Amino acid sequence: MLEWLSQPWPWYIAGPLIGLTVPTLLILGNKSFGISSSLRHVCAACLPAKIPFFQYNWKKEVWNLFFVLGIFFGGVLAAWLLSNPDPMVVHPNLQAEMAGYGITDYSGLVPTEIFNWPALLTPRGFIMMVAGGFLVGFGTRYAGGCTSGHAIMGISNLQMPSVIATCCFMVGGFIMANLILPFILSL
Amino acid sequence: MSTTNTFVQNQEPKVHDTDFEVRSLDTMCVSDTEFKEPWYGNLKYLLIGVLFGIVFVKAEIISWFRIQEMFRLQSFHMYGVIGSAIAVGMLSIFLIKKFNIKTIHGEKIEFHDKKFNKGQIYGGLLFGLGWAITGACPGPLFAQIGTGATAVVVTLLSAIAGTWVYGKFREKLPH
Repeated sequence: MLEWLSQPWPWYIAGPLIGLTVPTLLILGNKSFGISSSLRHVCAACLPAKIPFFQYNWKKEVWNLFFVLGIFFGGVLAAWLLSNPDPMVVHPNLQAEMAGYGITDYSGLVPTEIFNWPALLTPRGFIMMVAGGFLVGFGTRYAGGCTSGHAIMGISNLQMPSVIATCCFMVGGFIMANLILPFILSL
Repeated sequence: MSTTNTFVQNQEPKVHDTDFEVRSLDTMCVSDTEFKEPWYGNLKYLLIGVLFGIVFVKAEIISWFRIQEMFRLQSFHMYGVIGSAIAVGMLSIFLIKKFNIKTIHGEKIEFHDKKFNKGQIYGGLLFGLGWAITGACPGPLFAQIGTGATAVVVTLLSAIAGTWVYGKFREKLPH
């Protein structure tokens, strides 16, 4: 059983399980599925700085912080008890492209050659961790949600703005991955 | 005028708050019927988060490589995950509405319509750029750190900083 669970799970198991989060949160406490707002609650709790956008009762939204803390522990548990001993299998074209940038370690889900502490002092590492993170936080709040709030919760609730936002997420991603990222990775 | 006006009913705020992930900013929700429960009621969300995080890791959704494959059309995996998640979510919401299913506390389940604003385009594009760089949306960042990629803490802190800067300059940005 444990061995079976340790293998990478297929999309048709994972996708429906993630989709079930939507009714589970609604039925447990009328909560709309959305993760990026947790970042806003952290701002409101730690550094509201009299900014109107952060003047609200974040304690009423604390469930969201429990939820993301759970995601962190889920990561800990999965890596500790259910980790897959084999390296990740990726598309050969991607593997060839990455080898050109010196990325050859597939033992982890995150490439250690890019995302490590010393790399923060290199242009590539700084752009990928600091600038990349900034865009994620700034962009999701500007858009009013992320993959969970817009793509999954919003589209499930047939919201046109969420369809538009999700299309823009994808357009931005395609532009970055294919046109800009090759330059960043070769820095 | 500032967004503080969103707290005052019957007044038009300059920037409409369409951020319905936050109930407390939604003026329609001012008469909040949210069931009050002790703090440990939040532990159930922690538990769902744990299960959710395990799925994230085991289906390699938090993998930077899978995101790269998605944006290079080299794998169906992420499309399958997101697509089937939406299908199940859609069916669930349809059933909740059709059969008027209540919460476990007997409350009516509320849905909020999102209003279109240009932020969904500009912000969406910016988030897309960041998604392809970091290989993570906000949820996976937490799970990546959990799996031991500790340097991702920097990415998360930077994302929080990005959210803060958005809040700071919100009034000046086109919406």
